[in-house]
Amino acid sequence: MPTQNAMLEATKVADEQRTVSLHERAYRIRRNALAMGAVQGQGYIAQALGVADILAVAYFHAMRYRATDPEWDGRDRFLLSNGHFAIALYAVLIEAGIVPEDELETYGMDDSRLPMSGMASYTPGMEISGGSLGHGLGIAVGYCLALKRKQSKSFVYVMYSDGELDEGLTWEAAMSASHWKLDNFVALIDVNKMQADGVSTEVLNFEPLDAKFEAFGWHVQRVDGNDINALVTAFDATRSGGGKPHVIICDTKLAKGVPFLETREKAHFIRVEPDEWQKALDLLEATAQR
Amino acid sequence: MKRSKYVRPKRVAEQGEGSEEGKPRLTTSAMIASIAGEGQRTKAAPFGHALAALAAERPEIVGMTADLGKYTDLHIFAKAHPDRYYQMGMAEQLLLAAAAGMAHEGFIPFATTYAVFATRRAYDFMHQAISEEGLPVKIVVALPGLTTGYGPSHQAAEDLALMRAMPGMTVIDPCDALEIEQAVPQIAAHPGPVYMRLLRGQVPLMLDEYNYQFELGKAKLLRDGSDVLLISTGLMTMRALEAVDWLKSNKIDAAVLHVSTIKPLDEQTILKEAAKSGRMVVVAENHSIIGGLGEAVAGLLLRSGVTPVFRQVALPDEYLDAGALPTLHERYGISGEAMARTITTWLSGRLVPKRAVA
Repeated sequence: MPTQNAMLEATKVADEQRTVSLHERAYRIRRNALAMGAVQGQGYIAQALGVADILAVAYFHAMRYRATDPEWDGRDRFLLSNGHFAIALYAVLIEAGIVPEDELETYGMDDSRLPMSGMASYTPGMEISGGSLGHGLGIAVGYCLALKRKQSKSFVYVMYSDGELDEGLTWEAAMSASHWKLDNFVALIDVNKMQADGVSTEVLNFEPLDAKFEAFGWHVQRVDGNDINALVTAFDATRSGGGKPHVIICDTKLAKGVPFLETREKAHFIRVEPDEWQKALDLLEATAQR
Repeated sequence: MKRSKYVRPKRVAEQGEGSEEGKPRLTTSAMIASIAGEGQRTKAAPFGHALAALAAERPEIVGMTADLGKYTDLHIFAKAHPDRYYQMGMAEQLLLAAAAGMAHEGFIPFATTYAVFATRRAYDFMHQAISEEGLPVKIVVALPGLTTGYGPSHQAAEDLALMRAMPGMTVIDPCDALEIEQAVPQIAAHPGPVYMRLLRGQVPLMLDEYNYQFELGKAKLLRDGSDVLLISTGLMTMRALEAVDWLKSNKIDAAVLHVSTIKPLDEQTILKEAAKSGRMVVVAENHSIIGGLGEAVAGLLLRSGVTPVFRQVALPDEYLDAGALPTLHERYGISGEAMARTITTWLSGRLVPKRAVA
């Protein structure tokens, strides 16, 4: 019988290994996204870098899926509502082995399976067509109702941007998910504080966001969306059921991981010069090795 | 219709012989339960009963509504299958987005609301969440075209134009209770999304007299005639069949081709009938003159080099009046009698080639 201390020690080591591994995953997600951006010389790279940690925890800690069978019925569903974040999702689908790595170079090209905005009919592992912003939470209500009806244990994760909070359906869905007690629903709201016309809360103030979702009857957590340990804890806390839908409000930093892009003038679509893609990759690698 | 809110109408007591053509003034019935004429045979809630019966055999069917279960006859389904009934609240965008989610997971949702709310309020959700992904959501909508006198907020004069323009959408406009019943299992069996216009409550029954059998995608010739071909859809087929008798008394022999599937259009049958020489073609629909069956048929005929004399009976490109439905149908020329009058004028005009007709 191992002593209690030895067991605690073993758990701690496992936690550290997992955390290291998730950091490594997040690094590779960023690397894949930068490589795709380099192909086209453009892309929503700042957003992708910002949510890489959330995606790493979702795909390599929380979710059940089979890389060789993306439509396996027992999988957890991941709905990308903010379709322009597709570059980030492709990066994670490649890392998860659902999309072959050599397709990375086709991002945004004619006949590619990786179009600029995520669409269900193009890409394995893409559950819905996003892009018309503000759809994801409403569609997820239907997914969650259906999964409950089928007595499935699967969870539905929805990646949602803070700009989408402006849309009316967001709040119809927020009311509905708690009305139906959809505790298989996990909304991941990326608060990167930037939308098309500028700073999100200046375009339309959605704060206090935690209090809003609490008032709508949700289980609310707000975390630093670039802190992998905090994300792991938050994802774990959504497993307990409890009859309430879960929202993890993730405050993230645009372009996280590439310092010269992090400090670039904030914009929805940041400009990256042709010679900067390699520089960004080099910097990312140097940061990751530290 | 010209009106001014600063001109007071005649007081009822002063009115004497009434407003329009000497008839007594009628009152708007807010949310009428039936469009049936006096003495017309009817059947109660054909959609609700047909769906409840079909769902007994097909467990993947679910019913969803946006606070209009009782007003779209879905309450009959809800009573028969309470665990498969989803009340989504007065939130049409949610209704259709959630229906898409249910369809992703293998269910066949029948989602009901009014035509105006499905199309004008939630169009993007039909387009992107449902149709772009080819999901088998069946959108069933009451109050199509001009079937309420409540005013433009509830009058869906442009729904067919909007729905025809959506790739991959099947659009149908059934005529009566019989056709609604027959359509329900066929649209459930269809693999893609469907938009069906619905008559609710006490729904007129007429097509049983014509040995009618609904087939998705097929136009049906209900009667033949040598002077004019009426191509009609939805409740305007009832009006066309009524107009036939009025026309007969003017010695005009009318054929009636019923086109309940607006999209995809049964081009072959329409071309075959329209190409028969010597007949004026009149397309009649409970819809704006813009973008409905009339323009669909006109485009088809022109593209195919078939060019009969062509006319449309349809609603004007206007915000329609509030009022009693019979008054409005008469005012806008879509009652059987008004339609017969118009066609008679057109045909007499055709005998004098230089005379301009509308």
